[in-house]
Amino acid sequence: MQPDAHETGANTEAVLEVAVLVSVGRHPLTGRARRADQDARGVELAKSLDRAHVTLLHAGEFDAESESAMRGYLGMGLPALTLVEQPHGADVVPALARALSDAQPQLVIAGGRAEQGEGSGLLPYLLAERLGWPLVSGLADVEKVEHGVATLLQALPRGQRRRLQVRLPAIVTVDAAASAARQSAFGPARRGEIEVEPAAVAWDEAQEEWSVSPARKRPKRLKIVKATSARERFKAAAAKAEGGGGQVLTDVTPEQGAEAIFKLLKEEGILR
Amino acid sequence: MLDTLLPILIFSALALAVIGAVRRVRLWRQGRPSRVPILQGLAAMPRRYLVDLHHVVARDKVMSNTHVATAGGFVAAAVLMILVHGLGLANPVLGGLLLLASSAMFVGSLFVARRRRNPPARLSKGPWMRLPKSLMAFALSVFLITLPTVGILPEGTGSWLLAVALAAVLAWGLGEMFFGMTWGGPMKHAFAGALHLAFHRRPERFSSKQGGGRSTGLKALDLDDPKAPLGVETPSDFTWNQLLGFDACVQCGRCEAACPAFAAGQPLNPKKLIQDMVVGMTGGSDARYAGSPYPGKPIGEHVGEPHGPIVARRGTALVDAETLWSCTTCRACVEECPMMIEHVDAIVDMRRFLTLEHGDTPGKGAEVLDNLIATDNPGGFDPGSRMHWAADLNLPLMRDVGQAEVLLWLGDGVFDMRNQRTLRALVKVLRAASVDFAVLGVEERDSGDVARRLGDEATFQSLARRNITTLAQYRFQRIVTCDPHSFHVLKNEYGVLGGDYAVSHHSTYIAELYESGRLHFAPWKGGRVTYHDPCYLGRYNGEFEAPRNVLKALGIEVAEMARSGFRSRCCGGGGGAPITDIPGKRRIPDMRMNDVSETGAELVAVGCPQCTAMLEGVVDASAEVRDIAELVADALVPESESRRDGVRQVQPTAEARIAVKEVAS
Repeated sequence: MQPDAHETGANTEAVLEVAVLVSVGRHPLTGRARRADQDARGVELAKSLDRAHVTLLHAGEFDAESESAMRGYLGMGLPALTLVEQPHGADVVPALARALSDAQPQLVIAGGRAEQGEGSGLLPYLLAERLGWPLVSGLADVEKVEHGVATLLQALPRGQRRRLQVRLPAIVTVDAAASAARQSAFGPARRGEIEVEPAAVAWDEAQEEWSVSPARKRPKRLKIVKATSARERFKAAAAKAEGGGGQVLTDVTPEQGAEAIFKLLKEEGILR
Repeated sequence: MLDTLLPILIFSALALAVIGAVRRVRLWRQGRPSRVPILQGLAAMPRRYLVDLHHVVARDKVMSNTHVATAGGFVAAAVLMILVHGLGLANPVLGGLLLLASSAMFVGSLFVARRRRNPPARLSKGPWMRLPKSLMAFALSVFLITLPTVGILPEGTGSWLLAVALAAVLAWGLGEMFFGMTWGGPMKHAFAGALHLAFHRRPERFSSKQGGGRSTGLKALDLDDPKAPLGVETPSDFTWNQLLGFDACVQCGRCEAACPAFAAGQPLNPKKLIQDMVVGMTGGSDARYAGSPYPGKPIGEHVGEPHGPIVARRGTALVDAETLWSCTTCRACVEECPMMIEHVDAIVDMRRFLTLEHGDTPGKGAEVLDNLIATDNPGGFDPGSRMHWAADLNLPLMRDVGQAEVLLWLGDGVFDMRNQRTLRALVKVLRAASVDFAVLGVEERDSGDVARRLGDEATFQSLARRNITTLAQYRFQRIVTCDPHSFHVLKNEYGVLGGDYAVSHHSTYIAELYESGRLHFAPWKGGRVTYHDPCYLGRYNGEFEAPRNVLKALGIEVAEMARSGFRSRCCGGGGGAPITDIPGKRRIPDMRMNDVSETGAELVAVGCPQCTAMLEGVVDASAEVRDIAELVADALVPESESRRDGVRQVQPTAEARIAVKEVAS
């Protein structure tokens, strides 16, 4: 908090403007409002950047639940959070896009998906589309930012990492591969200011037509192991999950690609 | 010549002492305000000194007598000396008394000197090593200058050289005793100690004519006032009487000898911690400290100042965070401290700042606190599954019955399979005695003990307030629990938040049931048994007798450990220590299990889920760990009533358990 203020004041070098989009999380067991895990990892990533000026942005209602969650982020050591006020049932994408294009941050960090609401993980994509900025998903780290180009480390399955360069401004999302969020402390959480900004409301009409029911655990395809010895069972358990049945399509027309995806969905019984 | 020199010497020493005292008081006054009744405190001070302090000192008879002779002799000699030699009241009676006082002091100082010949490791060296010589210098010179007063020696005996030499020795003695007392010498303990007793932050802990006092609950933070500091960041954030208390330390190291973390080689030494607080209060480095260091941390690398941080966010300041997190809050140091210093309060105050402001609780601390906030239990279990362990027991819920004689507080042990055995045993006992009891079931939450001791006062108060609201809905005569931590918090720490309850530990309650003839036991057939006093039951709440009475009723003769009762050694499970898990050279429970095996016991009776978990975690233990409730449940003589309930108790018998052990080993 204080170091941030100091750096913005004293440093003549360009300060990296970072906005972190944070949402109201939901504890999986008790359903209590909390800082969402992935968004908190996003804040952690922002706080680990050198010479960064971090702002927190949340679009939603202001009530007791959302306040406790927002204070959870403030407790990580940030002086303020901007709340773009949106009523329940509003589509927050236009409001967030407007707030971001007003604030002009160079880097926007968001969690991969929310813990409640639609939780589709599409919000960063919709924002990127609307703002015309590139998007990188599943970030593990931001290695450096130089001359408006960020060098990013993207997390791939099984601990693999891919180094990417992206021209700023850009949107990046983090998931469980990013480093865990620091503890949220009561003092800074209590002192932190929530700056409420009114914003135009666009209603999410599609959502009104949906019926929402609690999610069930997704069925998981069982791995059938036909092993006769302990050694084979161990090998099977330790083996990498092989894709096996998939196919890689290159140089195909969008129609051909769509056809292939459609066929696969039929085979898997997802589309009937 | 001495007649003119003596008053000058005495009054200049007194004047310097007064200047030093003013300076010292200003150092203490850097602390935050704390309201204490000044006059009442001063009036209570002699009793607190003669009764409470002496009660602690008298645990070491030789040292106690030494101190009586030395300190008593000194106080009397100082007063008489001012009268006789300072004000010139050369009365033979006063002179005779002065001779007597200085001789007593001299004899005392001989014992002090003997103790300093081969001092135990816990004693600080440095300036303390010269103290016996200074005491002797004072006593001897006062004795000699008084001889002419009473006429044993004629006036003007000896040459002027002798007089000068005598004056020089007296100046040394006066320097140590008067000047050193307020300017930071070893005698500071007398000046600061007396005032510390008068203005103690916990006046309730001192005994009164009605009986012994006790005050062990942590003080609440004011969370409603956004300007009130959250714990202690700098030495000046302590209250002034806490700073005064640190200054009273006599560096006897009894705390060090009792501290389980120090013995385990974790980087904590209560004596050094208190000295570091003094260093912080005066400003400077710990290089002049002449006692045992924090294990593994060399002396001279830490510096502090009154308004500087105690724990640095990066690098080093006055104290390292791991020193504060090594404490198990077992209160062994507080119990042993003859100066009535409150080490645990200070440690928790500093932890509060680290957790509430830095958000820097080490180890699994952050995770445990998050769990407590989100699920009301430290393990992060589904609060709806709180009663799964008792699915077959058909326990009456408060929500259904509304009132009961006894509210059985289960604690977070409900999620622990080992503690579930204890709880089932306790239910069996209560049913055997036909106790009208009920449980809160899923309405119960963690008591807040661990959150508070990890410094998270906000989460503690949130849990406590919600528990108090729940408890307010029901009528019960008392709360019974098998968890001494919940017991302590419910009994001593909910009061200021508006929850006053009669709370009993299950051992106390079982003892009462037995005495009223509601329980009948079969005679004990097992082997040797010892009993481990949980800190939060014994030292915190003074319950040493009831568990022993229960064991006696079972026909068990307890083979006591060397450290038992108020000197019981901690199991290592308190104060969130297993959560922060600061590494040491040994494990505290291993040391405790060694204590157990020294008694030759095959079984150690405990009365605390934490102690059970810690002691059972010891590899290759020589003794089995059983809760008192389990021993009682096994010894119950079956009665027709328990069968009528239709609830079958599945209790593995002691024989079955031993058979399993044999197969495993």
